[in-house]
Amino acid sequence: MSDAYYKPEDLADFPNIGEYAPDLAKGFFDYYGKATAAGKLTEREKALIALTVATVRHCPYCIDAYTNKCLSLGVGNDEMMEAIHVGAAMVAGDTLAHATQMRKIVRKKEM
Amino acid sequence: MNPDRRRAPPNDSEMGVDFVAKLAEIGQNPLMAAGVQIMQLNITRCCNLVCRHCHVKATPDRTEMMSLDVLEECIRIARQFRINTIDITGGSPELHPKLPWLLHTLADDGKHTMVRTNLAILLEDRFRGFPELYRDCKVEVVGSLPDYLEERTDRQRGAGTFKKCILALQNLNAVGYGREGTGLVLDLAHNPAGSYLPGNQASLEAEYRRTLRDKFNVEFNRLFVLTNCPIGRFHDFLVRSGNLDDYMRMLRQTFNPVAVPNVMCRTMLSVGWDGRLYDCDFNQVLDLPVNSDVPGHVRDFDSGRLGNRHIVLGNHCYACCAGAGSSCQGSLEK
Repeated sequence: MSDAYYKPEDLADFPNIGEYAPDLAKGFFDYYGKATAAGKLTEREKALIALTVATVRHCPYCIDAYTNKCLSLGVGNDEMMEAIHVGAAMVAGDTLAHATQMRKIVRKKEM
Repeated sequence: MNPDRRRAPPNDSEMGVDFVAKLAEIGQNPLMAAGVQIMQLNITRCCNLVCRHCHVKATPDRTEMMSLDVLEECIRIARQFRINTIDITGGSPELHPKLPWLLHTLADDGKHTMVRTNLAILLEDRFRGFPELYRDCKVEVVGSLPDYLEERTDRQRGAGTFKKCILALQNLNAVGYGREGTGLVLDLAHNPAGSYLPGNQASLEAEYRRTLRDKFNVEFNRLFVLTNCPIGRFHDFLVRSGNLDDYMRMLRQTFNPVAVPNVMCRTMLSVGWDGRLYDCDFNQVLDLPVNSDVPGHVRDFDSGRLGNRHIVLGNHCYACCAGAGSSCQGSLEK
């Protein structure tokens, strides 16, 4: 990760992404707020999902924000790690599932 | 402000002084008191624990104890000016030898008395009978339990503390605290075990309740969620770990103007062990007494002037206005 691109203080700029396209940003933030607020799932469960997605997507801002949020909500370190393993397993599974494509092509090509 | 009455907070140079400007932006400067409804007595800085977040920097070696003269003066003032809530803190209040006398006197006066206990001390032999003392004096007990996870509580307060706290809570439950229909109120205080802000009070309370009930058969009434103030030992941790700038940035970013009118200093007065008066416990630790235009000692108490005083502010005040706000009674947004 290059320090020139990712700086921790840039996280504070996130609310300003509406610059140049305020209406679209408002739509996004309304949606974001509703999607991450407690519903049928608790705020805690949603924070763990968000942390997992952030880690899988390699977003340093979101990892920072949702690690803090999980700590704030009393989520255990072991629970956070377990959630990230779900993400890791999904990525591994997703990769391996695509071996089907390779195998199909191999079966078609080989005599 | 008379300079000889105010010593700059030791960490102000690192933190800048912009909280006052922030309040001016929202039309709340100067911040004024709105009466004195609660008197908080810091009766000792001595404590059996040495917690890593303690803003008072309490240790077993601290010797500061409120004298009998000052205690009697506080009782007289509470009677005369009808200050009906007395919030007793420390250090560990149990280590003050006059605590039982104080509680019985306040109970006889019909006061609503709160004692902030670290819970673990109630396991020491000489304090085994304190749950009954609290019950007899109808004290509202506020027990510090930083986290419902043993590892996090012990990291903050010392190995083995969590188990002692749980035993103390079970003892309090056994005499009726936290049990429905007894009227004996047992609150818990949560604060983060590191450089982050506390989460939503209702969410955390639900997790505390579920975990403590399922694992330990412990009941309590309310959870108070407290933001760590960047002073004292917690400030030392922030500096040592390189987190101070980031923590202050978090506090500034989450400044909530709605919390300002409800901050505890507006209706509370904090009395130091030596009888000096402060706007809050945090100012007390920073040696920032009430402003020099009003009486500065309990012996000169003047309800009218103190109840309408300018509150002394610093950047540590961001901690009480971050997110949902924070006070000795937890979040300011209920």
